Amino acid sequence: MIVLNNVEKRYGSLEVLKGVSFTVETGEVLSIIGPSGSGKSTILQCMNGLEPIQGGEIIVDGVSVHAKGTNLNTLRQKIGIVFQQFNTFPHLTAIQNAALGPRRVLGAPKKEAVERARVQLEKVGLGDKLDHYPSQLSGGQQQRLAIARALAMEPSYMLFDEVTSALDPGLVREVLETMKLLAEDGMTIVAVTHEMAFARDVSTRVAYFDAGNIVEIGPAREIFANPAHASTSAFLSHIQH
Amino acid sequence: MFGSYTFDWTPVWNAAPELLYGAYVSLQIAVLTFLLGSAIAFFLALAKNSGRAILSVPANAWIEVSRNTPCLFQIYMLYFGLGAIAPSLDSYSSVFLAITFNNAGYMAEIIRGGLKAIPPTQTRAARGLGLTAPRAYLFVIVPQLIPVIYFPSVNQFIWSLLNTSLGMIVGLNELTGVTYSLQSITFRTFEFFIVTAALYYVMVKIVTALGAWGSRVLLPNATKGERR
Amino acid sequence: MSPYFVELGPQSLWYLLEGAGRTLWLGIWAIALGTILGILLGCIRTYSRVGAILLAPLIDITRSVPLIIQIVLINSALGISGFFWGPFVVGVLVLGVYTASYTSEVVRSGLQAVPDVTKRAGRALGLTGLQNFVFIIAPIAGRIAFPGWINVVLGSLKDTSLVAVIGYVELLRASQIVITQTQEALIVLAVAGGIYFVMCFAISAVAKRVETMQR
Repeated sequence: MIVLNNVEKRYGSLEVLKGVSFTVETGEVLSIIGPSGSGKSTILQCMNGLEPIQGGEIIVDGVSVHAKGTNLNTLRQKIGIVFQQFNTFPHLTAIQNAALGPRRVLGAPKKEAVERARVQLEKVGLGDKLDHYPSQLSGGQQQRLAIARALAMEPSYMLFDEVTSALDPGLVREVLETMKLLAEDGMTIVAVTHEMAFARDVSTRVAYFDAGNIVEIGPAREIFANPAHASTSAFLSHIQH
Repeated sequence: MFGSYTFDWTPVWNAAPELLYGAYVSLQIAVLTFLLGSAIAFFLALAKNSGRAILSVPANAWIEVSRNTPCLFQIYMLYFGLGAIAPSLDSYSSVFLAITFNNAGYMAEIIRGGLKAIPPTQTRAARGLGLTAPRAYLFVIVPQLIPVIYFPSVNQFIWSLLNTSLGMIVGLNELTGVTYSLQSITFRTFEFFIVTAALYYVMVKIVTALGAWGSRVLLPNATKGERR
Repeated sequence: MSPYFVELGPQSLWYLLEGAGRTLWLGIWAIALGTILGILLGCIRTYSRVGAILLAPLIDITRSVPLIIQIVLINSALGISGFFWGPFVVGVLVLGVYTASYTSEVVRSGLQAVPDVTKRAGRALGLTGLQNFVFIIAPIAGRIAFPGWINVVLGSLKDTSLVAVIGYVELLRASQIVITQTQEALIVLAVAGGIYFVMCFAISAVAKRVETMQR
């Protein structure tokens, strides 16, 4: 379970998160939607401590992320993250990319690390690209590689940060399918996304985020069918037409 | 040209062992100062990029002084200058430390340039996997840095080899220093220095060839498609 | 010359400043010669295949042999040929050719970096080959080559210190003389280093201003 309690985040004088509170239950798929530049991505990067926060707290499985004694590297082992830009490591092949975490973070023997990497690459449909370098893969394949790399750590949570935004339209589908597969497997997912179909059909709950705060949060169908706030319905009608 | 001057190569020929030993000393200083300087340079580059004044100000001072004063001045500073406040250094240590200082400053800027070519999101992705900062550098950043800085580093190594010739001025018996003392005994300045020039030329060519060979062995991914 | 073993005083500082003046004087002449010759060699290496082949050994040797050896060697070759031109002229000559070698490389890559479409656009306007070079190609290549040329200039200014080996009393040799007289090595060298630093830093700063003005 991930609990956000009154989280505040500032870049200098710019307030990005203004006291954000919500809870991610184990096994659920939460989509965070909202206008660009509203600070949605920042929430995810705070959840695994890549970004410091200025107020409030984030608790993952009972551990306060930003507390002084917290070992962030241990914490990050159970929170996988995939970014908007294809953050595959260009100097490593697909299998080496995915084996890096198990090998160098978990200290698994090489054989075991490679095996774990292979299993996840097959899962995301890259079983025939194990020895390809990222530069030999399409954007969609690179993004699936990034997902497999995160999965090879066998995390309890997966954070998806606008993972389809930088893709050519034709490549979006294969990545969404992979995410859907994970959801069906019971993975706990928090996804910041502009893909409304994914938010509506795959997620259990949807949070609408605007101007530094959660405007409303609730079951996906409810938010899409009867948004409680005027700004939510304005956003949804704007984006769906 | 040369009018009635008669060349006499015998003294040069007889001095071959001394010259070759001098060349060995030059190469030794060049290799060691380059390796040591590069290791220091890595930390200088990180310190300058750190954004923390306590680290970036001294790093920047090192880099700027090493690049904006003559290398010979840096040798003088250690050979003559340091003696005023500390036990004086002999010529080998002065030359060794000054060229290390010089290499570190230049290599730091080469490394900084290379780091600019690597997207900052790479660090983020590595840290996101749970790698510690040093491991993220070791396994993700450095392997991408090496192909970018490889050829500028080979050039810097050649510079450090050529810079060892300054040892002559503080009486160090590297190749140029040996040549200088031999010619001052025999008065065959031209003959000695032209042979020494040829020795440097050959050494630089060997380094260049090794550099090209190394790039094929060490950088096997260089041809595997272009970077994004 | 002042007597041996004197106190560090204004006359020592003045002596250092004279040395700095000679460093600049030698540097200016060598860089002027090197730049003019370098532009010429750069053009020849870019546009004439035969020229490029003929010049290759000169470029190669000047870059693969320590400058200090080039200075001693040329000085000695001139001496045994009966030319005694003095350290200043020999210094300008050797450092000038050395600067020209590096400048020609910068000029050549500048010229090669001008896009083909730009060259063709000039010709399409009806400019002759020469006009196209003078009004279109050279100005563009000049801007591309400028930062590289500044690096060459800074290198040559620092390398004036090597002309001391054939007896030219520039800044570093002057400080060595003052050190011998006063035994105040650290202070004297700090002053000398400060002067080099200010000269190089000033050139870099002006160059940056020029670069931003060009944009």
